[in-house]
Amino acid sequence: MSKLVQGYEVVIGFETHTQLSTQSKIFSRASTAFGAEPNTQACAVDLALPGTLPVMNVGAVERAIEFGLAVNAHIAERSVFARKNYFYPDLPKGYQISQFEIPVVQGGEVSFFFEEGKETVRKTVRLVRAHLEEDAGKSLHEDFVGQSGIDLNRAGTPLLEIVTEPDMRSSDEAVAYAKELHKIVTWIGICDGNMQEGSFRCDANVSVRKPGAELGTRREIKNLNSFKFMQQAIDYEVRWQIEQIEDGHAIQQATVLFDPDTGETRAMRTKEDAADYRYFPDPDLPPLCVARDWVERVKCEMAELPRVMAERFVTQYKLPEYDATTLTQSKAMAAYFETAAQVCEQPKLASNWVMGEVSRRLNTNDGGFDTIPVSATQLGALIARIHDNTISNNAAKDVFDALWNDAATSSTDKAAALQQVDAVIDAKGLKQMNDSGALEAIIDEVLAANPDNVTQYRAGKDKAFNALVGQAMKASKGKANPAQVNEMLKKKLS
Amino acid sequence: MTNSTQELHLQSLSELASTLHSKKASAVEVAQHFLKRIQADKTGAFLDVNAESTLAQARSSDARLTTGTGGCLEGVPIAHKDVFVTRDFVTTAGSKILTNYRSPFDATVVQKLAHGVNSQSGAGMVTLGKLNCDEFAMGSGNENSAFHPVRNPWDATRVPGGSSGGSAAAVAARLTPAATGTDTGGSIRQPASFCGITGIKPTYGRASRYGMIAYASSLDQAGPMARSAEDCALLLSAMCGPDLDRDSTSLDVATENFSAKLTQSVKGLCIGIPKEFFGEGLATDVRIAIDAALKILETQGAQLVPISLPRTELSIPVYYIIAPAEASSNLSRFDGVKFGHRAKDYTDLVSMYKQTRAEGFGEEVKRRIMTGAYVLSHGYYDAYYLQAQKIRRMIADDFQQAFTQCDVIAGPVAPSVAWTLGHNASDPLADYLADIFTLPASLAGLPGMSVPVGFGDAHMPVGMQLIGNYLQEATLLNVAHQFQLATDFHMQSPQRGAAL
Amino acid sequence: MSLTTLDIQRIANLARLALQPAEEARMLDKINDFFGIVEQISAVDTTGVVPMAHPVDAMRNSPEMALRLRADTVSEPNQREANQQSAPAVENGLFLVPKVIE
Repeated sequence: MSKLVQGYEVVIGFETHTQLSTQSKIFSRASTAFGAEPNTQACAVDLALPGTLPVMNVGAVERAIEFGLAVNAHIAERSVFARKNYFYPDLPKGYQISQFEIPVVQGGEVSFFFEEGKETVRKTVRLVRAHLEEDAGKSLHEDFVGQSGIDLNRAGTPLLEIVTEPDMRSSDEAVAYAKELHKIVTWIGICDGNMQEGSFRCDANVSVRKPGAELGTRREIKNLNSFKFMQQAIDYEVRWQIEQIEDGHAIQQATVLFDPDTGETRAMRTKEDAADYRYFPDPDLPPLCVARDWVERVKCEMAELPRVMAERFVTQYKLPEYDATTLTQSKAMAAYFETAAQVCEQPKLASNWVMGEVSRRLNTNDGGFDTIPVSATQLGALIARIHDNTISNNAAKDVFDALWNDAATSSTDKAAALQQVDAVIDAKGLKQMNDSGALEAIIDEVLAANPDNVTQYRAGKDKAFNALVGQAMKASKGKANPAQVNEMLKKKLS
Repeated sequence: MTNSTQELHLQSLSELASTLHSKKASAVEVAQHFLKRIQADKTGAFLDVNAESTLAQARSSDARLTTGTGGCLEGVPIAHKDVFVTRDFVTTAGSKILTNYRSPFDATVVQKLAHGVNSQSGAGMVTLGKLNCDEFAMGSGNENSAFHPVRNPWDATRVPGGSSGGSAAAVAARLTPAATGTDTGGSIRQPASFCGITGIKPTYGRASRYGMIAYASSLDQAGPMARSAEDCALLLSAMCGPDLDRDSTSLDVATENFSAKLTQSVKGLCIGIPKEFFGEGLATDVRIAIDAALKILETQGAQLVPISLPRTELSIPVYYIIAPAEASSNLSRFDGVKFGHRAKDYTDLVSMYKQTRAEGFGEEVKRRIMTGAYVLSHGYYDAYYLQAQKIRRMIADDFQQAFTQCDVIAGPVAPSVAWTLGHNASDPLADYLADIFTLPASLAGLPGMSVPVGFGDAHMPVGMQLIGNYLQEATLLNVAHQFQLATDFHMQSPQRGAAL
Repeated sequence: MSLTTLDIQRIANLARLALQPAEEARMLDKINDFFGIVEQISAVDTTGVVPMAHPVDAMRNSPEMALRLRADTVSEPNQREANQQSAPAVENGLFLVPKVIE
């Protein structure tokens, strides 16, 4: 059930431009490295000097294939490059080499979870296509009065443009999609995902309609390069469109830009005839042929895809889908979890720790799962010690703390890790009391010292029971095993 | 053949090569000899001449000739049509929009004829300068050059043909022993015919297009223009070859030693005569010369077979849809931003573009950009561009059908001899219609050649066209060579004919 | 099919060409003449014919020419100066143009 805004249904489709992580450009051998001095990475081909011609980079094609496999799309055996003709200073040839009628990747889908109010909803967004094309250069306005400076270093960087069906129904959904797509392209390594550097840019096509009505006219919000801006821009645009319609104005198709300072979207200067790109197959480039066996080879060499891994976590480790999806947010996180789970053989506990305590730490420390001071093996060892009742869950947090702050390198060997964990437990005296005899003695003492609670509990007040548990824990200086205390108290009071 | 220095300009390429090898003349002397002739030239064939650059190249050649490390044509002069970019000379493509343009790299074909590409050595030729042409290779008379027209060395009141008019005139007037040209719809064959020289357009993809300023990408091909099939064979071998790293349309076909294949008799050769090439539009004087030439080939043992190329006339609208369409896109890069001319007066970005291109492009170029943009535009693409590409395939299929009945196809290059300058000025369509015999082979991507076969009205040269199947350049060169062994039309020059 | 002055203006704008009124008129005239010849292609029955974008397609005994793919290596060094030697306006390595307004 889509969530309506002021009675209107929101319809969103995305076009995402991902810069592919090749060394050289899509049609030339200049470098794609970010941050170089202007026009030092724009060779003759990139500058469209007279007589230059494009030659295709195999790395770009391979990355397109990897993407197609990751989203379960059809990889076209034959696809065609076409020229998209228009004039702009950052477009040196006066046309962009792209793919029009026959793209290399066709169809596909992206599935993800997102929060809709209090619910966790699973959603699938269908892809129309993904095609290869070249990026344009950059215009710089700040330093020049009445003029712009053009840097063509970026011109020719390979892009994979990923287009969805208009399947999304809220800004939350759209942002969740974008995050999932971001995860996929970085996971499989085809894009570095650096949004500040422009590696991952989204255009959102937004329209509104009364439920059941025809699709409304859409406006395209261009170049959203942060998830926060995506949310703000779409929300503003939706409210703006609804206001227009309510005021009796029809929505004109337009391309709009989001201004982060004002939080508003504003139509770009209309480019008349902008829609007539006069596409035709590029005569400088024969059709791209991708044989079945190439696709198979890529498939074999690809790391396990996040979706596949998530499904495996569900079947192999009996984890809930939500856990599996969360843990497969990044390769590093998934690997961390899996190692810990294999060490302690308690996958659900490992999942709880990784999604909970560990993630919390990482967020505050701005680190990643590949540079974490507590190794997955150590975490596994720690969880093993919880599971075998050596320490309580609470005590484990202290141990974790200590391990995190310990400058000594954490072990990846199970036996050594267990030793390291045990060392901290002993040093801090956190060992849980498991001796039932000693525990019984404490409980008898507590019961004797708290006759009122006993009476109240027997009268049916559960709170009194908890108070007794609390007393017992205090008396044991936190070392008693809470489960044992509970059990024993119940027995004695029955 | 004589060898004396006064007649350096009468020597063939191999004669010059041997003159240089045997040290009868140095590369510098040879270059100076031609530069002097160029200085006195009245045809307007050259655009950029730079004696310093030429002599520097010649000195390098002399050094290599001394150490014996030279290429097969070391020190022999060549001149390049001004659509090939060169580092040492200005490149304009015959257009104001590229006034004073200096390319930071040389075209592959230029490199192959000079000092080679990567590890492959080049022919070692010395560049005399850049040759005039119709602006962006669009034209059939070299009257569309933004700088000045070229005059036919045989008759200064007439056009040399186009678009490689400068190349043809320069060779005919012996300002250079040979020249490079490009052929998109007939631009090597037709000027060769009008100027009485030999020229060949190879199979599409045989020579690299890297560094050749694009007009119509799926049609453009580089080729040699020289006095004889022998000379053309030498040059074609040097010019052709895969350029896999830089040109995605370059054929991965091994280089061929065409010179070694000029020894076969034409006995038993089956020559197809397309009836559509000999209709009412063909001028009588041209028909007579072609018929006479075919007779000679018959006496040499060839057999003439009537064939049909039914869509010959359709090749005109088909070509004039496809070529301008591709050109309209190829010429978008001339926008005053990165290189070339920029207008002085404009109000904003869009007006800068419009003014720059209005000032930089001539009328014919603008016209083709306009028709090209139109046939690609929304709503017209299917009816025009797509339909034209379909008929194009049918034309290519027609040739394949014809080649089941013959080995080569022969006929006229153009319906008439060279017209007078300004004759078609108010009627650009007349120029288009005159391309009728050369367009079909261009559309199919087949190799085509022009061979001088005599003279027509006003003693103007007539060329015969030979068309071969894909990769059959050797066959064409051989037939031409056999013909040239039995005739001397190719040896005649304006100097011995009409005065300049 | 006959073009009008409006068509000429629209195309000239698409192609970024400034045409004076006299040029527009001449262009309209000549282009309409041209389309006079071009019309004949509409009469040709091309049902089932595959368009020929690349001449090599027609070469017998050769499979359809496929796009050649080069290795993903960087081999173009920085040649900014040489590449910008014919630029109309350059400052600090940037190509200058009239301000781009979005």
